[in-house]
Amino acid sequence: MGVATTDAAVAIRGASYHPPGGPLLVDSLTLDVPRGLTLVLLGRSGSGKTTTLKLMNRLLDPTAGDLQVEGRPANEWDPIRLRRHMGYVIQDVGLFPHYTVERNIGILPAVEGWPSVRTRERVHELMALVGLDSTLASRYPRELSGGQRQRVGVARALALDPPILLMDEPFGALDPLTRAELQGEFYRLQTRLGKTVVLVTHDLREALLLGSQIALLDGGRLAGCYAPAEFLSTSDPLAAAYRNAFAAGNEQHRLPPAPASGGVR
Amino acid sequence: MNLFDYLIAHPHEIVTLSVEHISLAGLSVGIAVLVGLPLGVAIARRPALARVVLGTVNSIHVVPSLALFGFLFAVPWIGDRAPRMAVLALSLYALLPILRNVCAGILGVDPAVVEAGRGLGLTARQLLLRVELPLALGVIVAGIRVAVVLAIGITTIAAAIGAGGLGELIFRGLAMVNDSLIFAGALPAAVLALFADLSLGWFEGRLREHV
Repeated sequence: MGVATTDAAVAIRGASYHPPGGPLLVDSLTLDVPRGLTLVLLGRSGSGKTTTLKLMNRLLDPTAGDLQVEGRPANEWDPIRLRRHMGYVIQDVGLFPHYTVERNIGILPAVEGWPSVRTRERVHELMALVGLDSTLASRYPRELSGGQRQRVGVARALALDPPILLMDEPFGALDPLTRAELQGEFYRLQTRLGKTVVLVTHDLREALLLGSQIALLDGGRLAGCYAPAEFLSTSDPLAAAYRNAFAAGNEQHRLPPAPASGGVR
Repeated sequence: MNLFDYLIAHPHEIVTLSVEHISLAGLSVGIAVLVGLPLGVAIARRPALARVVLGTVNSIHVVPSLALFGFLFAVPWIGDRAPRMAVLALSLYALLPILRNVCAGILGVDPAVVEAGRGLGLTARQLLLRVELPLALGVIVAGIRVAVVLAIGITTIAAAIGAGGLGELIFRGLAMVNDSLIFAGALPAAVLALFADLSLGWFEGRLREHV
């Protein structure tokens, strides 16, 4: 379980989020995001994964409890500085449709007032990093494939070299082949950059492949926090249910079970 | 054909009245844009306020334009000069399509795009100026286009209170039962409206290309 350590990039302490007139979305959650590792928030729809992510970059503020980011209470951070300290990638990517790839990736350097030459260099560096051909720089998002758009989304989030990266089902909208390809690339990228990553997903395969730790959420509460190997052996009924659903899918179609560590590594 | 007689005989007067007409309509739409843009952004953020403001502005359209011009006689300073009354009334009419489209344009921006922009750390102002307004621009220009055509049309009625413009010829023609005179006012007004509509339509199309 999430043991309180001081070297957490993000430390959530008994945080709840209860919007006025709505259901309790996050219920007294205590969780550490270890520095330099990837924490996966796994759970079904409505389990509070996305809300937890939004509490981290103050798109939402907890209605009870608190959070610390880099050892400092989140509510003492200027929300804008806090968000620029954390990259943000969402499932629908949310690229600016009226901006070219280059301007999309360069939006944060531009608003930070970087000289345009430096911004351009950074953009091309990032495009190479995420595997985008530099000829795509002048394209508009609608001219790109889903996988390319997602790469632009990741590059945009990395523009200011934030130490923390928040990803909300970043590969959810992709076809299975592109998804596997991007997951594998992201794993290598993460190994190289050593960012602290919080990744929201409902896909166990993705959780096992990318997560250093898997926090299982259920009804806004933390059901357990496991290393991938622990997740596969724990007797927690919810974790077992995930394993069974995963295994059933494989058996049904007479496929060999997917290796737990993921073949793409 | 005698319909064109007056038009051909008095080109100078037609030009002068057309310029007056364009000035009245243009100034009115200009004011409506200056008011409508910030107000539209404000009501896009507050649905409760939007209902009140749009309801109020909408109710102005219920008042017949001729009557509205008449009511404004009683307003201090405005009532002193006919063009002032005309511009105020026309601005009020032009406000509705602009307000409605600014609001709809902002609300129509893909929520994922706004969400991503906020999550990346854009300030509310940066989000508005760099993302929301540019993406809403096509819809906003469509509203301005409706406002311009509306204003050019209603400006002809402003001649009834002596504000000038091409309506003067129409009212004079009506009084004198002179078709050629009516036509000399109506044709340029129609051409102006059509030209404004087509050119703004072209501009709107260009803006929507990337959205």
